[in-house]
Amino acid sequence: MSDSGSAPSGGALVQPPPQMGGAWMRRQQTGQRLLGRALLYLALAVLTLILVAPLVWMVSASFKPEGYVFEYPPRLIAEQIQWWNYVEAWNQFPFWRSLLNTMTIVVGVEAGRLLSASLTAYVFARLRFPGRNALFLLVLSTMMIPYHVVLIPQYLLFRNLGWLDSFNPLIVPHFFGGGAFFIFLLRQFFMTIPRDYDDAARIDGAGTFAILWRILLPMSKPALATVAIFTFMSEWNDFLAPLIYLNSQEKYTLAIAIRQWQQVAVWGAGAYVPPTWNAIMAMATVLTIPPVVLFFFTQRYFIQGVVISGIKG
Amino acid sequence: MFWKRSLSLQARETRDAYIGLLPFLLGFVIFTAGPLIYSFYLSFTRYDILSAPRWSGFENYARMASGDDTLWQSLRVTVIYTLVAVPVHVIVGYAMALLLNLKVKGLSFWRTAFYMPAVVPAMAVAYVFSWMLQSDVGLINQSLRAIGLPGPKWFGDPNWVLAAFILMSAWAVGGTLLLYLSALQGVPTELYDASKVDGANAWRRFLNVTLPMTSPVIFFVFLTGMIGTFQVFTVAFVTTNGGPGEASLFYLLYLYRTGWEYLQMGYAAAMAWLLFVILLVITLLSLRLSRTTVFYEGAQE
Repeated sequence: MSDSGSAPSGGALVQPPPQMGGAWMRRQQTGQRLLGRALLYLALAVLTLILVAPLVWMVSASFKPEGYVFEYPPRLIAEQIQWWNYVEAWNQFPFWRSLLNTMTIVVGVEAGRLLSASLTAYVFARLRFPGRNALFLLVLSTMMIPYHVVLIPQYLLFRNLGWLDSFNPLIVPHFFGGGAFFIFLLRQFFMTIPRDYDDAARIDGAGTFAILWRILLPMSKPALATVAIFTFMSEWNDFLAPLIYLNSQEKYTLAIAIRQWQQVAVWGAGAYVPPTWNAIMAMATVLTIPPVVLFFFTQRYFIQGVVISGIKG
Repeated sequence: MFWKRSLSLQARETRDAYIGLLPFLLGFVIFTAGPLIYSFYLSFTRYDILSAPRWSGFENYARMASGDDTLWQSLRVTVIYTLVAVPVHVIVGYAMALLLNLKVKGLSFWRTAFYMPAVVPAMAVAYVFSWMLQSDVGLINQSLRAIGLPGPKWFGDPNWVLAAFILMSAWAVGGTLLLYLSALQGVPTELYDASKVDGANAWRRFLNVTLPMTSPVIFFVFLTGMIGTFQVFTVAFVTTNGGPGEASLFYLLYLYRTGWEYLQMGYAAAMAWLLFVILLVITLLSLRLSRTTVFYEGAQE
C-alpha cells in the first residue's frame, strides 16, 4: 500500500521498443538504456550516501571514546565501543525526568488534539447549519496566522493565569479546536465514509455525537493515526514554546534539558568541563531515534497526511 | 406536520453543530483572535512585563523604521537565507522526485533514505552540523583539506555562517519529496501518450506536461518553504545564537531576545506584527503570481 507508485519496474529493460527493427540497432538502444539506468542508480546511491552520512557519523561518534571523534580519516567504528557516553550524559542531568516530561506533554496534546479536531471536523463534514461555509473559511484562515505572532499575548495570558512553569500552556490550547490542518485532514477523511452508516445508527437511536464516537471514529483509525504521528513529531521537536514557558529544571522537556546540559559545564574529571562531543552526539542520537523509528514504521500514514496537506495547497 | 417536524430536526442539527464547534470557537477567541488584537494594542505601548503597558503611540514602529539597525540586520539575514534555501528546496527536491519517478527499483528504500533527514529534530541537526563543521578538526574541513582546499570557518566566520545554515537546510531537502512524488504520480499517463504521439521528445514532454501538471505542488512547496524559513529559530539558537556578531541573527531569534531577554514586550509585539504582515504580503503576492503561472486542472472550485 505504501508503495502505490512503484510501477512494474525494469519493464523498459526487458522489452526494447519493437519498432525500427534490426538486432544491432536494438542492442545499441538497450545498451544506452542500461547505461542510463546505471547512471541513475549511481546518482541515487551517491545522494543516499550524502544524506545518510551525517546520521551515521552521529551514531558512530556517540559510541567512540573521547578524543576519537575528530580523528582523520574517520573510522566508522572505533577500536572500542563506548556505551559510557550515554550513561555519562544522562547522569549529568535529570534525563529520565525530562523524558517523562516530554512524554507527558505529548500524551496531553495527543488527547486534546484527537478529541477536539475530530469533533470540529465532524461538525463540518456531516452537519448542515447556517454559517457553515463562513466558519469553515475561518478555520482555514487560522492556518495563515503564524504561531509566533500570537506568542507574546498568549504568554502574557498564561502568565496571568499563573500557568508559567507548568505544562498547561503547552497542552491546554490543543483542546480547543486542535489546529486547522488537523481539522481539515480529518474532515476530508470523514467525508469519504458513506452517510449510510450514520443513518443506520440514527435509526437505532444514536444521537449526533454518539454517531461520531461510535461509528465514525472507529472507522477513521488511519486518519487518526496520521494526526497522532504528526503530533508526536511536532511536540517531540518543539523548542521555542517549552523554552519560554518552562523555567525550572524538573519541568524541562528533553530538548530543553539537553540544551541546558550542553551549555553549562559539568563536574567531571576533577574540574568543571563542558560535555564532550561524544556525549553530545549520544544525546543527539537519543533525540533522533524516536522520530526516525516512528517514520520508518508509519510511512504510509505520513504519505497520507502529506498528500492531504498538498491538496489544500 | 411533516414540514414542522423537519424544521425542528434542522434546528436540532444547528444546535448540535454549534455545541460541537464550541471548543473551536472558544479557542479561536481566546488563543488566536484575542491575542492577535491584544498584540496589535501592545505594539503601540512600552511594556516590560513588570509594570503595566504604557501607551507610546507609534514609537515602536518609528524605531523599527529608522533607529534599529539590528532589526534590519535580522531581516537581511532572514531574507538572504530564504532566497537561497527556498529555491534549493523547490528545485533540488523536484529533481530528486523526478529521478525517483523514473520507475526505479526499490522506490520505497530510496524514498525513505531521502526523506529521513527531514524527520530529524532541529536540535540534533544543529549539534551534528556544528560538530561536522568545526573549523579545524571538523569532518568536512578535514576532508576539504585532504583534497587541498582551505575549509572556511563556517559558524565562526560572519561571511560563511549563513552558508552553514543553508547547508543544514539543504540536507533536509527530501522533506519535499513525498509531496512531489504524489504530484508526479498523479499526472495522467494519457497526457504523456498523447504527447508522444505528437512526436514530443522527453524534454518537451517534461516542459509541456509534467511541469504544468505539477505546478500547483511546486507552488505549495515554495510558499510553505518561505513561511518556514521566516520562522527559523531552533537551529540558530542552538548553534550560533545569532553570532558571530549579528551575522546569523534570524528574525525570530531577535524577537525572542527583545521580548524575553530585554523585556521589551511592546517592541517585540510590533516585530511580531511586522512578521505577520511580511508573511501575509508574501502569501498574497504568491497567490497573485500563481494565477498566471500555475495550472489548476478543472479550476472552477
